[in-house]
Amino acid sequence: MITTTDLTKVYRSRGREVTALAGVDLHVRPGEVYGVVGTSGAGKSTLIRCVNMLERPSSGTVTVDGVDLTALAGGENRAGKDLREARRRIGMVFQHFNLLSSRTVQQNVELPLEIIGLDRTQRRRKAAELLDLVGLTDKARSYPGQLSGGQKQRVGIARALAGDPKVLLSDEATSALDPETTRSILKLLRDLNEQLGLTVLLITHEMDVIKSVCDSAALMRGGRVVESGALTDLLARPGSELARELFPLSEFGTGHPGATVLEITFQGDAPAQPFVSQLARTYQIEINILGAAVETIAGRMVGRMRVELPGSRHDNVVPIGFLREQGLQVDVIETANGAVA
Amino acid sequence: MTWDQMQELMWPATWETLQMVGVSTVCTVVLGLPLGVLLVLTAKGGALQNQPVNKVLGAVVNLARSLPFIILMIALFSFTRWLVGSSLGWQAATVPLTVGAIPFFARLVETNVREVDRGLVEAVQAMGGNTWTLVRKTLVPEALPGIVASVTTTVIALIGYSAMAGTVGGGGLGDLAYRYGYLRFETAFMWVIVAEIAIIVTVIQLAGDYAVRRLANRGRGGGRTRLLRPRADTDLVAS
Ligand SMILES: Nc1ncnc2c1ncn2[C@@H]1O[C@H](COP(=O)(O)OP(=O)(O)OP(=O)(O)O)[C@@H](O)[C@H]1O
Ligand SMILES: [Mg+2]
Repeated sequence: MITTTDLTKVYRSRGREVTALAGVDLHVRPGEVYGVVGTSGAGKSTLIRCVNMLERPSSGTVTVDGVDLTALAGGENRAGKDLREARRRIGMVFQHFNLLSSRTVQQNVELPLEIIGLDRTQRRRKAAELLDLVGLTDKARSYPGQLSGGQKQRVGIARALAGDPKVLLSDEATSALDPETTRSILKLLRDLNEQLGLTVLLITHEMDVIKSVCDSAALMRGGRVVESGALTDLLARPGSELARELFPLSEFGTGHPGATVLEITFQGDAPAQPFVSQLARTYQIEINILGAAVETIAGRMVGRMRVELPGSRHDNVVPIGFLREQGLQVDVIETANGAVA
Repeated sequence: MTWDQMQELMWPATWETLQMVGVSTVCTVVLGLPLGVLLVLTAKGGALQNQPVNKVLGAVVNLARSLPFIILMIALFSFTRWLVGSSLGWQAATVPLTVGAIPFFARLVETNVREVDRGLVEAVQAMGGNTWTLVRKTLVPEALPGIVASVTTTVIALIGYSAMAGTVGGGGLGDLAYRYGYLRFETAFMWVIVAEIAIIVTVIQLAGDYAVRRLANRGRGGGRTRLLRPRADTDLVAS
């Protein structure tokens, strides 16, 4: 639904060049919620703004719903007719809501409808529908200044949906909200995704957001996507940085010097076997459980466990092989004395 | 001079001043508002970014603003005569007043419009709105409280200039104060006129402040502080 190929963006200001995007290939499938995470300055906002050409990429292409937007005339400050038409099919929500304080909630939602050129009756009907969808019917005549942050973002979402977009872009839409409001907004996004088949590309710096609503995710660093894929695949990928971030075990102990520390990941549909006791019984070894956690990610149960086996890695080749045979994902992690996996 | 005599002179002069200022204000807003918006749009990063045009507009505005009003008035003599058919009377005075106020007002509007949150501009662009939509539905409505304050400032400046215009044939209160108060030593009468101008200025300032408060309070205070009441959408939510 959204594809970028070798997207680059270089900002030039007073002779200095900043490479915000250094060749990004992103592939968002229809109907999925795709999250992009990364540290500040990684280029996340630049990427999402390139998707609807609020920022003109320096090179590369952006295709949304089969339309190559990079080929359409116009740019950052002034878009050509075709680009404006295309943008009407791409909704966008913002961190700071960007609602017009001079208009009521209903009039804010009507603005994109005015741009599309609907008449007053149609606009009213559509705005009422949208406000109902986001649960704000009773606030139609309030001004944005009279709403809470969460309500404002709901208006922002209703407005973004006005043009019946297939794609919704969201740049840190929940970053200005408290945790509870964040949850309700994320739930709304997920519901819209399911009810309307809306494809959502969202930027966030919170792993929790990815964990609770995304089907797929990408990790950005220094203008590049360093890792991406469906969450379930990421969790099964050995050494995946995203998986470790999504499911951190860092608060658990790191084991004793000379021992081997393993991280075992198991996903919901794999039979929950008592593999630890099996391992201990079969190989007659002392297993120390450093920590374990189970969470729901992308709608599936995922468990992770950190265990310590006595002896070096070489001594444990057989037990590790045994675990992998059980269909478990096993990562050997660096131990306290610096022995590398 | 008796109060009756004063009144007989004052009311026509007051009316002249009000007409002079009123007509100039309307013309200034009609011409200065687009100019101010254009200054923002053509600036770097604006929707109609165009450095040469922006530079030229800026230079013309600066030049017009640095001309002393009296010189502007004399310089515009023949233009005024061509436009109004006379270079005397309050009608004639509106021409230099308007020309002098346009750049002043345009600069104020430029500042007001530039203060509109860049995010709103982006939101409209992301919706697929064109430049005209941007100006009409976002920049001007969002900057409206500031623009109204700027109009107030401009009206008051125009009252000041209208006194000057009055002394060189424009009529109005300034002329009256000058002729009687200064030339005929009717000091008391002069002070009456000064007081009247002060009252007019105060009333305009208060009215302007009130309007700005009303506009700026949309959505903050109660739901009733609404100058531009949204039209006829009552039935939608009344239920
Ligand atoms: N208009 C601009 N002009 C110059 N440099 C810019 C501009 N916008 C962004 N940059 C630079 O591009 C890089 C990426 O910025 P971007 O806003 O995309 O980061 P981000 O990942 O969204 O960060 P954050 O999490 O803080 O929002 C940064 O180094 C930033 O300084
Ligand atoms: Mg950002």
